[in-house]
Amino acid sequence: MEIAVISGKGGTGKSCISAAFATQEKKVLIADCDVDAANLYLLFKPTIEYKEVYIAGYKAVINYERCTNCGKCIDYCRFDSIHKENGKVTISEILCDGCSLCSRICPENAIEMLQNNKSRMFSGSFRNGKMVYGRLAPGEENSGKLVNIVRQKAKQVAEENNLEIVILDGPPGIGCPVISTITGVDKVIIITEPTISGFRDLQRTLEVVKKFNLECCMIINKFDLNKKMSIYISKRCKEIGINVTDYLPFDVQVVEAMVNCKSITEWNPELVISKRLKKIWNDIISKNN
Amino acid sequence: MKIAIASGKGGTGKTFVATNIFYALLKNNHSVVLVDCDAEAPDSIGFFRTKIENSFDVVQKVPVIDLNSCTYCSKCKDYCNYNAIFILPPIKFIQVIEELCHGCGACSVACTFGAIKEKPVSLGKVNTYILNGKNQLIEACMNIGVMSPVQIIKAAIKEINYKYDIAVLDSPPGTSCPFIHTTAAADFVILVTEPTPFGLSDLKQSVETLKEMNKKFGVIINRAGLGNNDVYKYIKYENIPLLLEIPFDKEIAALYSAGIIVSEYYSEIRKNFYEMTKKIMEQYGNCGD
Repeated sequence: MEIAVISGKGGTGKSCISAAFATQEKKVLIADCDVDAANLYLLFKPTIEYKEVYIAGYKAVINYERCTNCGKCIDYCRFDSIHKENGKVTISEILCDGCSLCSRICPENAIEMLQNNKSRMFSGSFRNGKMVYGRLAPGEENSGKLVNIVRQKAKQVAEENNLEIVILDGPPGIGCPVISTITGVDKVIIITEPTISGFRDLQRTLEVVKKFNLECCMIINKFDLNKKMSIYISKRCKEIGINVTDYLPFDVQVVEAMVNCKSITEWNPELVISKRLKKIWNDIISKNN
Repeated sequence: MKIAIASGKGGTGKTFVATNIFYALLKNNHSVVLVDCDAEAPDSIGFFRTKIENSFDVVQKVPVIDLNSCTYCSKCKDYCNYNAIFILPPIKFIQVIEELCHGCGACSVACTFGAIKEKPVSLGKVNTYILNGKNQLIEACMNIGVMSPVQIIKAAIKEINYKYDIAVLDSPPGTSCPFIHTTAAADFVILVTEPTPFGLSDLKQSVETLKEMNKKFGVIINRAGLGNNDVYKYIKYENIPLLLEIPFDKEIAALYSAGIIVSEYYSEIRKNFYEMTKKIMEQYGNCGD
């Protein structure tokens, strides 16, 4: 069973809640699909048993020994990434999309395409099972492909080790990386917070989830920071046919747990928030069995 | 001068900082522009009561194949670096996968049979608003499921056409392409972080990226008092200016959650944001515009 934890807005508590769920199980697979800001490995300190290079597209580079400065590439580039700087044709590394068109049309064969090969996918073990995660190198395109690779590896490792439960800690936003995270999962857990921004982003997230017709469960995290807003969100969700499954209180202990590299349920199972998380997780698991 | 507000981690308070700087400058009679570049989850404009002035679609060209002229030679597929053309010559089948297309135009150049035309497809919208007749608010808003928000971000930044002292760019989270395109347009970058292990890890990645880009930057520590001292040690060691500390305060969190600009209520916070920005303008404002 694959369960994805997502939220439109960042910082609502996806990773902390994913970690709490993962540490409820003795043997689980957790995959960090937030490849642009992977954090769970900081808590779980997994061993690295397998590593793979991920090629995130290409960058065009000019060989000035061949370049005659004709400027044909400037006319063809649609990303506005080639300009004459001090009279010399120059490609902006930032603006280049890696389409290779300039390199194909260059009459002097003076443009080379270099691979972006700094991103990685890792797989290993942690205290409650196996962990797979990706780390996208800065400046590279988060197209969702690395998320797909992480998920494929997660599936393979889970099968090899007879792990029935796979938890996917998702990225923020509503773009391709999120879609790659939730495609084909059995259940989606949406985390939101009682802020106007949280609610606005939640609506966009629900639109995404609706397209996939997935079973979802919704949690309002830090609900007591604005109880009125929590009630409002819960009402508005009911109107569109979604029930808020649970409410989690704000607790500074969550940060304490993180500083000590523990999930909140490991750190102090007696807290209200820990007990609620345990109950939510048990409900999710038993409903699916 | 353009200032980008960024952070690797989501939910550290980018929008909080961006909207408060905008408000503080407004109250001190400056001309300010606010650009919400977080096209997947745009939340800045909602904090201000304004009317929409203009809204337009950001479009990309995608190929349309004329089956009568296509010879199924596969040259377009070979030219496409994004796997957006699927072709099976033996059964004369060809299809464009629009979601994967980046609109580079390579396939049109490749086709020698005139079988490829192009049509515009919407990626999202840029909405502009005017406050008090002279302050522009611009919002980048990506359609759900679009591959990359970069083109929308670029279009939003291009829309700045009012005279301003400061343009505040609210960046998307992470350090991939959307972050790069937002910060590349700025003269100075404010990185917002929180004193937690997740915050620190993502801060490090942002710092490394900005250093490579040769950008000038400083750090705001939000929710000070939570977590531990590692972030402080890191920025001291790296010699990064600490621009401002915002203490963790449930009152602040509650006001913000209700969509209220905290600076409107606490003149002390407004003063802090104003003085910080003034210092940045004095120290770094002479580069660019």
